[in-house]
Amino acid sequence: MSKAEFARIALPHLDAAYTLAHWLLRDRAAAEDAVQDAMVRAMSYFASYNGGNARAWLLRIVRNVAYDRLNHPAGRAEQPLDLAAEMADPSPDPEAAYARRQGEARLRAVLATLSPELRECLVLRELEDMSYRDIARITEVPVGTVMSRLFRARQALLTHGRASAAKERLP
Amino acid sequence: MTGTTPHMTACAEMQLLIQADLDGELDAAATTVLAAHVRDCPGCAALQADMTALSRNLHDALRPLPAPPHLRALLEAELAPPPVVRLRPRLALPAFTFAAGALAASLLLFAPLSADRGIESELFNGHIRALQAAHLLDVPSTDRHTVKPWFEGKLDFAPNVPDFAAEGFPLIGGRLDVIGGRSVAVLVYRRDKHPINVFVWPATGAKSESAARDGYALRRWSRDGLVFSAVSDLDPADLTAFVRLFETRG
Repeated sequence: MSKAEFARIALPHLDAAYTLAHWLLRDRAAAEDAVQDAMVRAMSYFASYNGGNARAWLLRIVRNVAYDRLNHPAGRAEQPLDLAAEMADPSPDPEAAYARRQGEARLRAVLATLSPELRECLVLRELEDMSYRDIARITEVPVGTVMSRLFRARQALLTHGRASAAKERLP
Repeated sequence: MTGTTPHMTACAEMQLLIQADLDGELDAAATTVLAAHVRDCPGCAALQADMTALSRNLHDALRPLPAPPHLRALLEAELAPPPVVRLRPRLALPAFTFAAGALAASLLLFAPLSADRGIESELFNGHIRALQAAHLLDVPSTDRHTVKPWFEGKLDFAPNVPDFAAEGFPLIGGRLDVIGGRSVAVLVYRRDKHPINVFVWPATGAKSESAARDGYALRRWSRDGLVFSAVSDLDPADLTAFVRLFETRG
């Protein structure tokens, strides 16, 4: 085991690690800090890495660090996310791009109101494209629980979507 | 499952299947059954359409966030082969790596896992889930010399994989599952058309026991620091015979 070997395994998943930490902690500085801590932990656990899915292995550690911080916030209040500002929009049509950005921002805002357990399942599935089994390993619950959490998360977003669509139809 | 009367909402028992289909977790056979149902059930068709649209929107809304460049630079510098400058001392490789690893390993080994109703229920659910979601096998093989090495490197223990084809319980493969929050090996055997799931994980002091639920039977025993849990809808006498074989020759 060496630092070079660890870097080769872990660094390709740095963006995924940061994204998950960001979605769980909803704060840029806290996410950055959590990723650093997770990397330290990951290095000390590196002997136990068994050559499987490196992204799932690293994200599980990131997730545990983030949960430690959610349970014991070090005096830092959760700040509202402004993810839209960080994301460049490639669309050439400004009006369509604006409408889409609005829709996406609304979706992200609703996602941010879900509990971390539901939020992480949806982020791992929809953003990281992970299998139920990998999500189960990362979140340390049975596959059946992953399925029901995902379903509850999606139901919540759908219900919210219907409610806001109905509101928009009113004069 | 097909030809049900139209519902205002999706059928409760189809909801997770619709979702699993969307997430690419169903095999061709289950997808076909689901498609036939959805064709005849407006409630399920509506849920499927809603979930598909939501998934597409989420894909757009949840673009990955690149890690800040200074964080990447810091980590790359710290992990570069000749570490010249240590920018943040707390990123140094801890000296207690081995001790921490050994402690974690012994905690896992002695964690009490037996006689737990929650675990038992997970074992039944694991068996049923494997049948429903067509995830019975990660490594379909009747050759124990293929199945045993497949587990190596995926688990922190190496289960023995016996074959009882001569006795009428051929090995059909293996998979990984998660029980009680840890990864476990599942060896899959067959008696006629009935699959038998044998869940294996390291634990000491597990008592032998039997349980039954919804037509499925569970037998548990332990040997050489591993606990084995066989779940099947087999005739209980046949399952007992299988377990006896496993206990003596496994």
